[in-house]
Amino acid sequence: MPKLTPQEVQHIAELAKLALSEDEIERYASDLSAILDYAQQLQEVDTDHIHPTASVLPLRNAMRPDEARPGLEPEDALANAPASDKGYFKVHAVLEGSQ
Amino acid sequence: MFSSHLSPFTQYEVVIGLEVHAELITKSKMFCSCSADFFGAAPNTHVCPVCLAMPGALPVINKEAVAQTIRAGLALNCTIAEDVRFERKNYTYPDLPKGYQITQYELPQAVNGWLDIDTPDGVKRISITRAHLEEDTGKLVHENGASLVDYNRAGVPLLEIVSEPDMRSIDEVNEYLTRLRQILIYIGASTGDLEKGAMRMEANISLRPAGSEALGVKVEVKNLNSFRAVRNAIAYEIARQERILRAGGQVEQVTMGWLEAEGRTYVQRSKEDAHDYRYFPEPDLPPLRIERAWVAELAASLPELPHARRQRFVAQYGLSPKDADVLTAERPTADYFDALVAAVGEDMPAKKVANWVMGDLFRLVNDNGLPISDIPVTPEKFAGLLKLVAARTINANTASQVLKTMFKTGEGAQTIVQREGLAQVSDAAALETLVDRLLAEHPDEVARYRAGKVQLFGWFVGQVMRETRGKANPGVVQKLLKDRLNS
Repeated sequence: MPKLTPQEVQHIAELAKLALSEDEIERYASDLSAILDYAQQLQEVDTDHIHPTASVLPLRNAMRPDEARPGLEPEDALANAPASDKGYFKVHAVLEGSQ
Repeated sequence: MFSSHLSPFTQYEVVIGLEVHAELITKSKMFCSCSADFFGAAPNTHVCPVCLAMPGALPVINKEAVAQTIRAGLALNCTIAEDVRFERKNYTYPDLPKGYQITQYELPQAVNGWLDIDTPDGVKRISITRAHLEEDTGKLVHENGASLVDYNRAGVPLLEIVSEPDMRSIDEVNEYLTRLRQILIYIGASTGDLEKGAMRMEANISLRPAGSEALGVKVEVKNLNSFRAVRNAIAYEIARQERILRAGGQVEQVTMGWLEAEGRTYVQRSKEDAHDYRYFPEPDLPPLRIERAWVAELAASLPELPHARRQRFVAQYGLSPKDADVLTAERPTADYFDALVAAVGEDMPAKKVANWVMGDLFRLVNDNGLPISDIPVTPEKFAGLLKLVAARTINANTASQVLKTMFKTGEGAQTIVQREGLAQVSDAAALETLVDRLLAEHPDEVARYRAGKVQLFGWFVGQVMRETRGKANPGVVQKLLKDRLNS
């Protein structure tokens, strides 16, 4: 498989909300390509007669009854939050698009 | 672009598809046991390690949410899939702390359905692509350059219903949404409470020259939280896209938001920035295998749906389609009417019963602000009143007054009529005396009537009614007066 381009690495980084330097982009292009090549070996397996499988577990229909139970106390819920305000988790402003 | 076929006189046709999100009525969230009844709760009081995405916490599917999705799918004439799977829709935004939303993607719960809507040209069938189950997101408040996040809503079961681009006007969209909401409320799947955000819409809108088969470039408008917002946003987009096309331009494929206060759409993201959600099967949830016996059980649990009920009210009760529509708009009203007609029996035609319900009863219900299922005048009590009218024990005016008292006191009609002496006077002998006395007191009017001023007849009837405080049987009075005056 051809090596990932810097643009592809950049796109993947953006999806993961990561800011990468030029050096890192170059390094990850190699690293990610190696990982893809490794996974690529799976393509060699003959799957013509194999049913598509999303789960190898013999489990089906693992469901629970619709019953409500108390969750965490708000203090506990927010205990590990980097910042909080009036009971809310506080994060950097996130707005999509330009209004 | 070569577009000589587009003249200033080109008529455009609008093509609209809708995605509707409806919160399902369940006690607990989709994948954890936190209460789903979050509205008005203090922030982050309905959260746990699962819906906060704490490491190691595992989701478990809420069976009731699956059941409601299947019921909704059945009510929308969908095929209920046997093999259903949840997948991860990956995106990074703080409204969900996991970094993905669990949803059904490749193997949704319900597919290939339809919903009939009424249009001026008759019934139109709108195809439904799919109805699937997912989790709702948390709420963000933007304040002073920061975003505040409340995860009470995160993980609440959410039903998404996707239509084909089958709608051709704002009226059709409105009708589709009204009918869809009605069905979801009827089957008890959702409250349909738009003010509390229980239904949220997205519209895909494109224009094409009338008669053209090819679809134009579509624009997706998100965060529409009321039917009015849907109508306004679509009207705005139609005008905006038409302006671009008429100027020889091309509509850009974008995702837009709607600013209700300003009455305009704005670009949220262009095609280039389109999200790449990298869906993959949720490894923490084993797939579902929906047993046919369960589907049959759920199908049997569905009530008569609004459309069928409307048709039955026309066929069985002889109501006009318009009246049938009014009486079936909400299930409790239709239930009340069915029970009332059954209790009245043969004594009064259903059409007349309907007039009593839509007139006097609706007025009282509106004035009192009570749901019809909770009013003191039960169908049985109301039937008692209407039977008195049918038997001519009381006349219509008296019945209106008695109904008001029944609403206040919860008493039966008979009790009130007896206590207040409201029974209609049908006793011909008693009325005869009264009529004779009145005619003797008004010799001038009698003479004028006999000389040809027949309009005075109504005046004589009025006099008798006044003397009896409205209790006289109008039929008997008229007969008596005719006999006397014409002899």
